[in-house]
Amino acid sequence: MIIYNYVFIGMLLLGAIGFALAPVIVMGILAPRKRSSSKADTYECGLLTTGETWVRFRIQYYIYAIMFLVFDVETVFLYPWAVAYERLGLFALAEMVVFLLILAVGLAYAWGKGVLKWV
Amino acid sequence: MNVACDWAFPLVWAQQSELDSIPWLKWIIVLAVVFFGIFPGIVAYTVWGERKVAARFQDRIGPNRVGPLGLLQPIADAIKLITKEDLVPRSADRWVHLIAPVLILVSAFLVLPVIPFGVGLAAVNPPSGLIYLIAVSSLSALGIFLAGWSSRNKYSLLGAMRAVAQLVSYEVPQVLSIVPIILWAGSLSMVTIFDKQVLYGWFLFSPPGMLAFVTLTIANIAEVNRTPFDLPEAESEIIAGYHTEYSGMRFGLFFLAEYLSVFAVSCLGTAIFLGGGTLPWPLTGEPVVTLGGGETLFAMLLLNLPLIGIFMAKVSLYIFLMFWIRATLPRLRVDQLMAFAWKFMVPLCIINIFISAVWYECVIRPSKPNYLLGWGVTLPLVVVSIIGVLALYRSSMKAEPVELTTGSRRRSVVRSVS
Repeated sequence: MIIYNYVFIGMLLLGAIGFALAPVIVMGILAPRKRSSSKADTYECGLLTTGETWVRFRIQYYIYAIMFLVFDVETVFLYPWAVAYERLGLFALAEMVVFLLILAVGLAYAWGKGVLKWV
Repeated sequence: MNVACDWAFPLVWAQQSELDSIPWLKWIIVLAVVFFGIFPGIVAYTVWGERKVAARFQDRIGPNRVGPLGLLQPIADAIKLITKEDLVPRSADRWVHLIAPVLILVSAFLVLPVIPFGVGLAAVNPPSGLIYLIAVSSLSALGIFLAGWSSRNKYSLLGAMRAVAQLVSYEVPQVLSIVPIILWAGSLSMVTIFDKQVLYGWFLFSPPGMLAFVTLTIANIAEVNRTPFDLPEAESEIIAGYHTEYSGMRFGLFFLAEYLSVFAVSCLGTAIFLGGGTLPWPLTGEPVVTLGGGETLFAMLLLNLPLIGIFMAKVSLYIFLMFWIRATLPRLRVDQLMAFAWKFMVPLCIINIFISAVWYECVIRPSKPNYLLGWGVTLPLVVVSIIGVLALYRSSMKAEPVELTTGSRRRSVVRSVS
């Protein structure tokens, strides 16, 4: 039964959370505690932090994220195709060539537009 | 083709039939002993090994004070980390700050149960094992981003943004270089992939297989943020990147997670390309052991000892390769990093999928594999595609010189390398 695999994974998930939290809790008990105002400051090389940190970020990162999404969704189609390749035959191979070509054209377009260039 | 492994299949089936009733006790033992005992132990000694190996590369001795050969160093480190004061910055988001390293460590742990360490020694065998593996390993990007964002530190945020950009960029070649394996094995189950390699030999031994192995290795190193892809934690630029604001055991969790991921990706590379615990040539002509069903876990472990030994030897070599690369190469620049992923690795991996389809038609589909034809056709294809994509990549890098943003000085001649 397939579902039992995921029962084990669920147990592992809970166990791993416990495994990660336990040393932090133990640290809370064992570690010395001497609070001071400057210790709780943000560490930016000894200088006081200036300005807001949670700001809007550069668009560059989001463009890569969009590119990633395109190719990651592509793998959702690619993996089942690869699994069933034995039974699908030549037509499916041709279809996959066309599908990947469309994506490759997209990549080439982004490349040509200079989107992939880190500025 | 390979008769040595006839004995392999009954064991796999034996384990699968056992799963029909939920073996709670067995699972709890496996979890407690293997996942939370042996794996963290391996990780601790990977750290020790890295410190020793890196020291040798730099003509030093490395840790040698705590215990013989410094073997107790990991324990001393753990004690040190656990008795450090627990500091969380005033301005940080306390809960997210706590959740982030837990999430990264959990994602590193979740990769491991689908790895077949020996015959029937994968903790679980879901039919979609590889997709599951890819999915849980990309959870770490989320954890890293939460860590950087919740710290409310500009260096942390920079490191986290870089990390996410790098992780998503290299995840594409990572998942694409696994496609040839799925195509050849016709399955997403890690156990089936292992069994197929027992039958057909390692998937490494073909031109597209070698290319996919190299791209997977590069993508793996980038996925675990190791030099030369350690921009997210580039000490000379952004302190420690996303874990700047973490100290004591909270930092220890990141550390543990990083080395656990190193171990996990090495296991992945070994299991899907290097034939898991098999030798490259058949062991004997005769079945080594013949087994029915219903063996105890202990008997299975005993019979698997040679397989586990070979598997671990391969994993050690793979990890050593990472250490070696770390000791050899300086850190990449961020534009080189992204360009290498998108302009070199991704096109090459896409082309390689079709080359591997050619290999499938030549070698795996025919009842009598035609290796000569396979090598004769795919090797030139692989060489031509590498040269072609490399030429394209180089010409684009020449055409697009690095543009400088305001305030930064050109540092292409002398770059700081830590």
